[in-house]
Amino acid sequence: MSGRITARFRALAREGKPGFVTFVTAGDPDVATSLAILRGLPAAGADVIELGMPFTDPMADGPSIQAANLRALKAGMTLAGVLELAQAFRAGDEDTPLVLMGYYNPIYSYGNARFLGDAVAAGVDGLIVVDLPPEEDEELCLPAIAAGLDFIRLATPTTDDRRLPKVLTNTGGFVYYVSITGITGAATPKADQVGAAVARLKRHTSLPIAVGFGIRTPAGAAEIAARADAAVVGSALVEEVARQPADPVAAVLAKARSLAKAIHGVRRAA
Amino acid sequence: MTAATNPSTAPNTYRAGPDERGRFGIYGGRFVAETLMPLVLVLEAAYTKAKADPAFHAEIASLHKHYVGRPSPLYFAHRLSAHLGGAKIYFKRDELNHTGSHKINNCLGQILLARRMGKTRIIAETGAGQHGVAAATVCALFGMPCVVYMGTKDIERQAPNVFRMKLLGAEVKPVESGSRSLKDALNEALRDWVTNVDNTFYIIGTVAGPHPYPAMVRDFQSVIGDEVREQMHEAEGRLPDSLVAAIGGGSNAMGLFHPFLDDPAVAMYGVEAAGKGLDTHEHAASLTKGRPGVLHGNRMYLLQDADGQVLEAHSISAGLDYPGIGPEHSWLKDTGRVSYVSATDAEALAAFQLCARMEGILPALEPAHALAHVMRLAPTLPQDHLLVMNMCGRGDKDVFSVAHHLGVKL
Repeated sequence: MSGRITARFRALAREGKPGFVTFVTAGDPDVATSLAILRGLPAAGADVIELGMPFTDPMADGPSIQAANLRALKAGMTLAGVLELAQAFRAGDEDTPLVLMGYYNPIYSYGNARFLGDAVAAGVDGLIVVDLPPEEDEELCLPAIAAGLDFIRLATPTTDDRRLPKVLTNTGGFVYYVSITGITGAATPKADQVGAAVARLKRHTSLPIAVGFGIRTPAGAAEIAARADAAVVGSALVEEVARQPADPVAAVLAKARSLAKAIHGVRRAA
Repeated sequence: MTAATNPSTAPNTYRAGPDERGRFGIYGGRFVAETLMPLVLVLEAAYTKAKADPAFHAEIASLHKHYVGRPSPLYFAHRLSAHLGGAKIYFKRDELNHTGSHKINNCLGQILLARRMGKTRIIAETGAGQHGVAAATVCALFGMPCVVYMGTKDIERQAPNVFRMKLLGAEVKPVESGSRSLKDALNEALRDWVTNVDNTFYIIGTVAGPHPYPAMVRDFQSVIGDEVREQMHEAEGRLPDSLVAAIGGGSNAMGLFHPFLDDPAVAMYGVEAAGKGLDTHEHAASLTKGRPGVLHGNRMYLLQDADGQVLEAHSISAGLDYPGIGPEHSWLKDTGRVSYVSATDAEALAAFQLCARMEGILPALEPAHALAHVMRLAPTLPQDHLLVMNMCGRGDKDVFSVAHHLGVKL
């Protein structure tokens, strides 16, 4: 285990503040820009970085992240390219946890064992593979754990108390609570419902709970962060790449800074 | 993983799958996001219960008889048989079903299940529009709102079906993402389902998707093969010698093949769309040119690039224009039980025209692919060889498209 994810959440807990988990798509809009964004994110306040592995058919994603996937693929990004990007980021940052997030087919095509070996070598800390539920753990989850990676699972409003233990088994690093039934960047979560859901999860696990899907504004992020261990923002960051083609690096990092300020301003009982 | 035909490892039965994890060999499974996983499990439980309930089957049988017009005839195509000068060719006339294709068989089963589950809204994806029309039809029949996702490329080439769906009260939602065809319509339908988990039932149109869909759709389509078995016995007093069906996702072929899988004397041919040719990049031959991959909730043969990105399929037939193929077909290919072949756009067009003149039947462009293979196969076979081709859809919807390809202005 690299332990970076656990160490980062422990440090946040000591400081009594929630974490900021950022999502950007690897290679969007191109490799060099993407690397510059990644390198800037820790200073902009990102506590954990999720790096999206582009896929032609991102079924759980809304229009913003779909578009980011297509931009990256059009610019020539591949899974091997994602791993190189991760390695390049890690060469300049020993501490920030890096999680690869995406869909199973590109990994399966690359070869599961080869992928896990290369991800560990690149300094990746965890994986989120959207279309691998616990029912398919033998595919990648168990080998990933054996390779020393945290396999981070999504829990959703449809994951009831009876199912939750199954979802939490083999989950490492943190639990990603999907705050709405829907796709990324769509509806906005209701803070009180999120609070109740986090409390429910806490009864089943001691892992940190990060909440994402539909968080767009600093105020919205702070509201969620007050009720969880971390807030995840993806679509709102990725949209900046499309909106500010002249200087996407500055645009994404400015957005990240404003979100980080709001999230880190929340004080939590230690 | 691709095993060649090996009799020593052939299973005792080809009809027992899938296993409890929804697998046919390495294919199938439940590769869906967590939001959908509980829904898929509830669906599986509901289907298992319905399947064991005689009242469910009685309801389907009654609708088949009085609403769809089943059994569909098994018709001896004597002029075509004589013309090709070999096998005795029979058409299973599923194009005569209400709505004009085999798709209604599956939609009736699924909407009855949706009603049992207390669902109040139906979504579906469609390529050629035949499944969309069938879904819109059963929704009208039971007074349920229906949303059909359809790629904008398919909307252009299947205009008559788009209007039919609207007449039936369905909302047709154009899908602009990706290749703007069937695969993208499926993505959008899954995005809808994940958003509307409480009230919505997703009627998948083919033998693909997360378990239990491939098995469930196959079961609802198996009425085709069950009827052929009986009708052929009546007509010829024995089993057919070979079965031929077109495959996109593979539902009409699975419905025809499945009841015969354990009859070793019955040869089976699934015909993929070779588009502009297998040596081009414009085809939909996932079994011939693809390799195992995971998309839309299941592992199957998939057209993909070296990086595991899904490729766009191409076929003159919108219903075959899909880069994947059902998991059971994938497994049947590896086991060698079914032979998978292909036919090009041009061969399908030629078959379409021959059938029209020779038998007075306009086939849909989908079964025209099957017919193209029959035209190759039949002349090589003796005259007592009984060949059944599934005429799974009628060609009215394709008239404009065929005219365009033949350079005729209507």
